[in-house]
Amino acid sequence: MRQRAQISLLPDGRRLHMNDGPIDLIVEAFGDSHEIEAAYDEASRRFVHVLDELCSELSFLRQQSMPDSPLPTGPIARRMTAAVSPYSGRVFITPMAAVAGAVAEDILDTITSAAQLSKAYINDGGDIALHLAPGEQFVIGMVERPDRPSLFGTARLHSTQPVRGIATSGWRGRSFSLGIADAVTVLAERAAQADAAATVIANAVDLPGHPSILRAPARSISPDNDLGDLLVTQHVGELSPEDISSALDAGVMVAQSLIAERLIQSAAVHLRGETRVVTQEVVELPSRSLVHA
Amino acid sequence: MPDEDAIRCDACPVLCYIKPGRTGACDRYGNRDGQLVRLDPHVVLDRAVSRGDSVVPFLDRDREWDGNIVSGPAKFVTAIGAGTTYPDYKPAPFIISSEAQGVDMVTVVTEGIFSYCGVKVKIDTDRHLGAETNLVRAQGEPVGHVTTGEYGSQMLSLGGVRHLTGGSRKEGTVTCDTLLNLCNGKAVDLAIDDGATVTVQAGKPPVVDGMQEERMRVGCGSATIGMFAKRWFNKVDEVVVVDDHITGVLSEHQAGKLLGVPETGIKMKGRRSTPGRYFQVAEPGTAWGGTNIEDPLSILKDFNPKIAWAGLRLLMVSTTGEHHAYFELDEALRPVEKDLPSFLRESVARIKENCEPALCTVLFMGGAGGSLRAGVTENPVRLTNSVKNSFTRVTCGGAPVYVWPGGGITFMVDVTRMPENGFGYVPTPALVAPIEFTLKLSDYATLGGYMDHVRTLDSLMTDERRRHLSARENNPWPLAKRQGTD
Repeated sequence: MRQRAQISLLPDGRRLHMNDGPIDLIVEAFGDSHEIEAAYDEASRRFVHVLDELCSELSFLRQQSMPDSPLPTGPIARRMTAAVSPYSGRVFITPMAAVAGAVAEDILDTITSAAQLSKAYINDGGDIALHLAPGEQFVIGMVERPDRPSLFGTARLHSTQPVRGIATSGWRGRSFSLGIADAVTVLAERAAQADAAATVIANAVDLPGHPSILRAPARSISPDNDLGDLLVTQHVGELSPEDISSALDAGVMVAQSLIAERLIQSAAVHLRGETRVVTQEVVELPSRSLVHA
Repeated sequence: MPDEDAIRCDACPVLCYIKPGRTGACDRYGNRDGQLVRLDPHVVLDRAVSRGDSVVPFLDRDREWDGNIVSGPAKFVTAIGAGTTYPDYKPAPFIISSEAQGVDMVTVVTEGIFSYCGVKVKIDTDRHLGAETNLVRAQGEPVGHVTTGEYGSQMLSLGGVRHLTGGSRKEGTVTCDTLLNLCNGKAVDLAIDDGATVTVQAGKPPVVDGMQEERMRVGCGSATIGMFAKRWFNKVDEVVVVDDHITGVLSEHQAGKLLGVPETGIKMKGRRSTPGRYFQVAEPGTAWGGTNIEDPLSILKDFNPKIAWAGLRLLMVSTTGEHHAYFELDEALRPVEKDLPSFLRESVARIKENCEPALCTVLFMGGAGGSLRAGVTENPVRLTNSVKNSFTRVTCGGAPVYVWPGGGITFMVDVTRMPENGFGYVPTPALVAPIEFTLKLSDYATLGGYMDHVRTLDSLMTDERRRHLSARENNPWPLAKRQGTD
């Protein structure tokens, strides 16, 4: 039988592209060439099992996370439940809110235990797990809308900072959102943590009952979606400057409380060209720069 | 739990239930009319773009093809559904080789993302739609403007880079939507600032302010006089052909003079251009001959009493024959309307008969930009030169295109000659249109083509996702040897 997963080096010869069903990873490791090779070999070996492992518990992972929820068995599933557990009972959340970050984390841990790398990243559709050996750094660009690839900011992450996970969430992204944020980018210690937090903050950037916002039950669009009958954002029409400001305020308030709880390091909340940054000093926001016309 | 119309995707163990018109969790497989199909490859690419990657997954997978195949004596693969690698300089999604007239032909099949594109709309109507350069709006947003009036048709220019990406987000989205609907043959309501509202649908009559246009005028008022002067001579003393552009008057017109039509003492409003030809007899409008007049006599001044005579017979008719009235002068030389005599009815009917059915026609105008051309060859300018030198044929969904002379590959195509629903869009916003380049395999190699990506036509024939369509009879076969100069 043909192997389902597609694994190949990208044409640049440096990055590894791994795809299986909805999982699409870009891996890049830095270090000696034989270490990189060992890292990619190990990543490939692990990756072919990831989707089956997740799908074996998929119906559980799609259920609302509650304080007394049982633990799943798979290591990635456990990362997911751990990442969403701080929110369980407070807001509606399922372990699926952290799936991308958890997969990235799992592959990152796999390669860093297999090889000596100066740095590495696993990019799972914008949710990124990072490895930084002492003295190393990454510059990360943040994209406001996936359909309009322009950077609205960059974050310089140094090994002395605790950030090893980045995630972005918004209603235009691949997953449904209960909010209207164009993008919420979160920096946290771990990728799954960042992923869950970005989802929670993006859900909070909202204007309940606003007539310009078109919502539909998640189930009506995607019958087996984990959000079930919850109303997810389908379209956001005209918003006044006051609307934008109050929606951003709502997201900022949640982001601030997550920083206070030490669940995340910083968040950039983006709506209609306006960005609010809630941070512990890691994000630099230079002038806008366009990467593609 | 799942709805009845949802289908279960078995492409991976997630086993998504997918509703019609939606995609699964991967954004790659979707439910189209109850069929599981590979959809919207550009969605995948957009994500690749946002990560700065250069993924070209299209060539090494088995279930990618979702394009239409135009069947006939041989087969030609259109680019519809082929996907695109924009903005990566990577081989186009499909590079097909098939044999034609003994030489290996290559068709590079790709879907281009056209963010600078537009449509030119020709509306066959004499009615005044709006002043030149006035904005054309859809859903209240500016999507283009009124441009020149030519030969009894009003031209609109819609889309283009400024409306697609230069204005507000809403303007861009509505423009993209308007272009997409027009190109896919759907009806679109357009409102012209200080002008008419018009429903435009490619290949269908325009509907102006709720009235469906039937016929396009046979010519301007002056031309109509020229065409029908002999028919009117001796049957009627004076004829005025009312036209917003050039109103013709039989007795003063060169054609009438040649026949010896005597002066009638008629005096016209408006500005005389040359004898028997008047500009601006009234304001533009949607009534008689594209003017705003409901009463034709309103464009006449009093007859000259020294020349006119009681009983003078006057026919007034519009350039389409749609409006007509017959008058005779009373003792006070005032026109009195009478029934149209039967011997004049035939000439009015003939004007009508010579007016062709009024249509809206829509030409899509797009250009193959650098990155699209780079998907075809490693050296994009060579493709341009090859097209200019006629070594490479450009088609759009298998339909012939007109390649505009000058720089780049800018082409126009009649959307009614393309397969249905050949256009798509991306939220950039931009239109996605098919484009095929056909050339000899040997020429393709010379151009710097991606020879290692060439697939045989047979290899696509086994793909269950292909769709066969009959070639349109009025389109030349894309792989046929060309007639005439090339």
